[in-house]
Amino acid sequence: MKQQNIWLERLIESSIRAAGYSAILFVGLILLFLLREGLPALAEVTPEAFFSARWYPIESHFGLLPLIGGSLLVTLGAAFIAVPFGLAAAIFIAEVAPRWVREILKPLIEVLGGLPSVVLGFMGMLVLAPFIRVSLDTPTGLTAFTGSLLLAGMALPTLVSVAEDALDAVPKSYRDAALALGATQWQTIWRVTLPAARSGVLTAVMLGIGRAIGETMTVMMVTGNAARIPSGLGALFLPVRTMTATIAAEMGEVANGSAHYHVLFTIGIVLFLISFVVNFTASSVVFQQKKRAQRLLS
Amino acid sequence: MTRAVPLSRILILALYLILTACGGTPGAGDAASAPQTAIENKGSDTMVNLALAWAEAYQGQHAEVRLSVTGGGSGTGIAAMINGTVDIANASRAIKSEEREKAQANGIEPVEFVVARDAIAIIVNPANPVNQLSLPQLSAIYRGEITNWNQVGGEDRPIVLLSRETNSGTHVFFLENVVRLAEKDNKDLFSPDTLLMPSSEGIGAEVRQNPNAIGYDGLGYVTSDMKTLAVAEADGGPYVLPTIATVDDKSYPIARDLYMYTRGQPAGQVKAYMDWVLSPEAQKIVAQLGFVPVKQ
Repeated sequence: MKQQNIWLERLIESSIRAAGYSAILFVGLILLFLLREGLPALAEVTPEAFFSARWYPIESHFGLLPLIGGSLLVTLGAAFIAVPFGLAAAIFIAEVAPRWVREILKPLIEVLGGLPSVVLGFMGMLVLAPFIRVSLDTPTGLTAFTGSLLLAGMALPTLVSVAEDALDAVPKSYRDAALALGATQWQTIWRVTLPAARSGVLTAVMLGIGRAIGETMTVMMVTGNAARIPSGLGALFLPVRTMTATIAAEMGEVANGSAHYHVLFTIGIVLFLISFVVNFTASSVVFQQKKRAQRLLS
Repeated sequence: MTRAVPLSRILILALYLILTACGGTPGAGDAASAPQTAIENKGSDTMVNLALAWAEAYQGQHAEVRLSVTGGGSGTGIAAMINGTVDIANASRAIKSEEREKAQANGIEPVEFVVARDAIAIIVNPANPVNQLSLPQLSAIYRGEITNWNQVGGEDRPIVLLSRETNSGTHVFFLENVVRLAEKDNKDLFSPDTLLMPSSEGIGAEVRQNPNAIGYDGLGYVTSDMKTLAVAEADGGPYVLPTIATVDDKSYPIARDLYMYTRGQPAGQVKAYMDWVLSPEAQKIVAQLGFVPVKQ
């Protein structure tokens, strides 16, 4: 009997360990695949070509700047909309709302998060774009701003969920101490609870931005896909082309092994690097916070 | 008192069931029906509705053939044929010389069939007062040199350019014949402000509700809630609306052949299908869908 238990114990332990390490393995394998398919582009296309302003791959114009600019513009726009809005919603749900409102709001936000991106893109194309064209008097409603709005809508549920959990995790004693010192509820939230939940809230923001930068179908349907380097604030109300939409739209037609094929994988590498940098920055900040807290408490 | 089944026994039983299920032959159940030939047909989104209609009509008469039709763009279809994964590639543009060389390098000789003709309609919002444009004007518009509708006789509105994506045969045809005015050494490109919509429906949705928009697409995709412009070969020349008649007598300047490419000379079921596609019965379907039948 004991032998059987030990054998089972070892089996479960090793399966769990394999599952854990497999995450690193899969990420490594994906990176290797991207590098294998994308690095030949550096041999076929001169590096200066990547910095040109024109993306027209069927005539060998491989300028990546309009695509990177488009992705960054739409993501930053989404962040500017989603972060204040999402934080406010998270603070409301965690701190201000009565219990019964919380029970209703949290599941509803999860439902919003489950909405398929294609559905949002379709709604954006048929409803939001005409509305923006008419109300903001832009030449067309298919702009970076429309994309940002929809991406903010997609990033919001993740942001609110994780931020709300982080705010919830702040010990009650912090709030009690602040209130005992005579702080109002808002002063408590702004100066005590939110800074205490800083690492969790930052994680929430990073997860939301990560979702926004990787989004494909929605931006493909509503940003207009015009490859122009965004310049100035007015570029927010003009069409842009994101990296994700480019890969989605063009990967089907490329001949396997052609320069265009390799450049598309190079775009994939750039996307991977951006996500990696965002996540790395977020986790380094989070871990830094933990270390300082441990030092203070010990 | 029941004795719990040991975990090891359950695992062995599960393993046994999985292995026996995997070992079964998939074809055993189909022994009753006749052996089916599968023909893969892939490529042009312009032609996908036509190819589907043909496939349905042909399969209705010939139960021994199974046709699968997918879109993805002319470039996708030809690339698949070069890779040897499809039998027939649909293309709304002619195969390029680089593609032909790649195919020959893979041991495949593409054989071309002209199966229908198509007109590219220039579409604008119904509220747009402009009725006609010449090819040089269209070229200037799509190169970004003309940016306001009042420069071509319309209202004071910015022109919003709509186009298909670069993998579309329609896009390449428009680039060569309208933007570059069919001049071989012309290297002009679309204006970088051109919106590349992922589908014909994307162009349609924008044209329908945006009075600033101008777009182009195959004649079969024009609906009654869009306005088609008459096009002239040169400024002041006869402005012609795209119809079956004007494409046949070559008076409409933006018309093209629609192609199907097979891997080598077709044989067997593929040959039978291609013969049927060029028959009067199949060409009637071409006319029904808004394309122009090939004259026999």
